[in-house]
Amino acid sequence: MLDRRDFVRQILIDRGDLLVVPGLGSATYDVAAAGDHPLNFYLWGAMGGTAMIALGLALAQPGRRVVAIPGDGDLLMGIGSLATIGVKQPKNLVVVVLDNAHYGETGMQPSHTHAGIDFAAVALGCRFKAARTVSRIEEAAEVRKLLHSGEGPILINAKISAEDTPRVLPLRDGHAIKQRFIEALSPA
Amino acid sequence: MHSPTTVENIEKSWPDTIHAQFRRVGVRQVGYVPDAGHSRLITLCKNDPQIADVVLTTEEEGVGLVAGAALGGQRAALLMQSSGVGNCINMFSLLRNCGFGCILLVTMRGEFGEFNPWQVPMGSITEDVLRLSGFLAYRIDSADDVDDIVGAGCDMAFDGNLQDAILLSQRLIGRKQWTK
Repeated sequence: MLDRRDFVRQILIDRGDLLVVPGLGSATYDVAAAGDHPLNFYLWGAMGGTAMIALGLALAQPGRRVVAIPGDGDLLMGIGSLATIGVKQPKNLVVVVLDNAHYGETGMQPSHTHAGIDFAAVALGCRFKAARTVSRIEEAAEVRKLLHSGEGPILINAKISAEDTPRVLPLRDGHAIKQRFIEALSPA
Repeated sequence: MHSPTTVENIEKSWPDTIHAQFRRVGVRQVGYVPDAGHSRLITLCKNDPQIADVVLTTEEEGVGLVAGAALGGQRAALLMQSSGVGNCINMFSLLRNCGFGCILLVTMRGEFGEFNPWQVPMGSITEDVLRLSGFLAYRIDSADDVDDIVGAGCDMAFDGNLQDAILLSQRLIGRKQWTK
């Protein structure tokens, strides 16, 4: 099992041009803990929408690499978006699901993945170019490489431990998060 | 693969007017769930090399698409049936919280001439739901009004960062032919 903070920090090291969309709850805290960045579009709501926001972004910016980082509950709620992404086949999109098999924000109730529901298998069924499950920190470097140069759509199912981590709270004003992102992305 | 559906041999009508407005304002992504009322507009968008058509499994995916497109500097529009509005309610909060402009083109069911009572509970509250969700709602009953109202809606969404919905009434679309 991966330590979520270590894993997210390692895959975002020297992130360069990456555009990152973390899902609500712990995924947003993990990405913030790895280092605040204007090209993080932090979500505090819109559960189920993380992968689709990343798809709209990937289609709009085909020359940039886009990473969606939902938790397992978020991706389960928007599981159909994997099929939608599969239809469009965006080469520049990677979905990294932080799967602790629990709903952390609401009291650690087990999620569907706790019963063995397998995101990597679903993604392959949805015509993702590649999908793999990782659970050892030694694999983070290879995941990082896929974020920057793997042919998408790719799904990484990151099995993280369900231990509680301290909250790291980034910007919460949606207008500010959006505006900062757009300004950082547009050419000066 | 299927060959692209042709639309040249069909008389131009209000969907062409909407498509022309999409071209005028530079819509580059269109999200939709397949729909009879929107079928011609969907075909026009699919055949338009300027537009990425994104077929959705459920309408709330389209709300995320609109937000992502805007983050990336593109304009996106959503096409849905009135029943789809109900699927979007929580996801609409993304638009309001961040001030993403959005235009919805909503084909109405559950009203004038509806033969299927199962369409009525959602169709009869669609406009109210949209208003409660922060949308400005404009209803079109006549093809003569499409250009003006859709044009205004596009400008409000993309220049004003407002959320607006254009309700294409069942009188405009025509009753669903069930007996063929």
